[in-house]
Amino acid sequence: MLGKISIIGGLDKDGNPEKVQRLDIAAGEVLAVVGPTGSGKTQLISDIEQYADGETLTGRTILIDEQPMDQGSEDKELRHLVAEVSQNMNFVIDMSIEEFLLMHAQVRAINNPQKTIQKVLTISNELSGEPVFPTDNLTRLSGGQSRALMVADVATISNAPVVLIDEIENAGIDRLKALKILTGQGKIVLLVSHDPTLILMARQRVIMKNGGMDKLYQTTVEEKKILEGLIGQEKHFASLRDHLRSGKRIGMKNENKEEWYRGQSFGTLSAEYQQIPGGNAQGARSEDAGETRDRDSN
Amino acid sequence: MRLVIVAGTPSSGKTSVMIHTIAHLLKNGISVAACKIDCLQTSDDERYRRLNIPVAVGLSDYICPDHFYVANLEEIERWAEEQAVEVLVLETAGLCHRCAPAVYGCLSICVIDNLIGIETPKKVGPMLSTADIVVITKGDIVSQAEREVFRHKVEIVNPHAMVLDFNGLTGKGSLRLKNEIVKSKELDSITGKELKYPMPAAICSYCAGETIVGKTYQMGNVKKVDFGRVDQCLEK
Repeated sequence: MLGKISIIGGLDKDGNPEKVQRLDIAAGEVLAVVGPTGSGKTQLISDIEQYADGETLTGRTILIDEQPMDQGSEDKELRHLVAEVSQNMNFVIDMSIEEFLLMHAQVRAINNPQKTIQKVLTISNELSGEPVFPTDNLTRLSGGQSRALMVADVATISNAPVVLIDEIENAGIDRLKALKILTGQGKIVLLVSHDPTLILMARQRVIMKNGGMDKLYQTTVEEKKILEGLIGQEKHFASLRDHLRSGKRIGMKNENKEEWYRGQSFGTLSAEYQQIPGGNAQGARSEDAGETRDRDSN
Repeated sequence: MRLVIVAGTPSSGKTSVMIHTIAHLLKNGISVAACKIDCLQTSDDERYRRLNIPVAVGLSDYICPDHFYVANLEEIERWAEEQAVEVLVLETAGLCHRCAPAVYGCLSICVIDNLIGIETPKKVGPMLSTADIVVITKGDIVSQAEREVFRHKVEIVNPHAMVLDFNGLTGKGSLRLKNEIVKSKELDSITGKELKYPMPAAICSYCAGETIVGKTYQMGNVKKVDFGRVDQCLEK
């Protein structure tokens, strides 16, 4: 089993040495890769996937357990280094979930495929609000169901030690649980994301700028507290969504209407969050909690 | 000179794969020429030309493109030698999947994509099974599970080839393909070399099962590349 991956810095787009000259990610850890479009996130991931040896555009070198790419046995080693789940990926095979998972399990030479398939489905249904059944056709799954099944499959059947998660924030799955499941398997998770909750879930984050690794931050204790606040807010958001989807009404106060969701508590939480450094400035200006709620629901 | 033969299923990204790879070769100071064999028309030559390298086009027209290809190998080789290049990339149309363009002594690359279906590697046949390197594209839009299963199906058809994931849009994978081309053996002459897989019966000597390259082995309906079109384009 792979212990850690190290990235040895190369050059940015202007040919200057990268500010971050070394970065280590251990098994079971998450590295968030952040930065605006064009800052070099994709190239960094690509360097890791290619097991770069100083010859890519950036001149970076990737070490696996301190070893650079071994020219002799490179292919066998590299074959299943990185598994990838991204928003752009879809199932294209016209086959039932069960048939396909069985096929994938056979490719991986898994001993008890039926048990493994059950595990994949259980995880998948935990991640997505809408359960799937073994006989469902792969191509007919919703976006959220597909992504949930992909994560469950990568965690259970695929044996790649590194998992790349590329912008799954809008995928409609419990992405925090997804991260926990993947890291719980001892995988190294590379997370390309613009989502503050996901970014703060990572132990460290690298900030990309002009093609280079510009800054490396460890998530601080204070940031972890902010993260708790964000997670709480997301739970409220999720329950608000469930209320609306199940046909319940929402309002500012309970007013003894049992089935009404108390929008007030959601508004209150927004207000708490605004006091946190780096919080939602737009929300802070809004004096009417109801208005904030409306905007958030959009 | 090294001769790299590129085949693959239609729209699998053969030209994109090679353009990224040639760019790496050029960066290393290695000179490259490209020749595209197609049936009725092609615009791929325009894309190769943007790399500022010598480009030739051979249109087979009424002849089976695979037979046309093998009947022109000597001429294409001579043309590339005149351009004094170190690597010749020869991209074929690869349409009916019955034939394979691979020749012993050349590096043959087969490009297929993840979208063609999980049972298709079996149908692609000799073009896939005789390749030295199999390049798999479009992995960025299908699931990890499908990529792994597809790769496995490819490895069943061709257990000997190096299998390489490639993103034709970003060029991911091109560096390794470049390294494989650099590592490949130089070709002294294509004349006398043998096809890895014979071509089916039709109207020329290769249709009848001939596998040896060279004018003396050619009979029947043989069509040659018109290099006039190439010169015209280069003058522009």
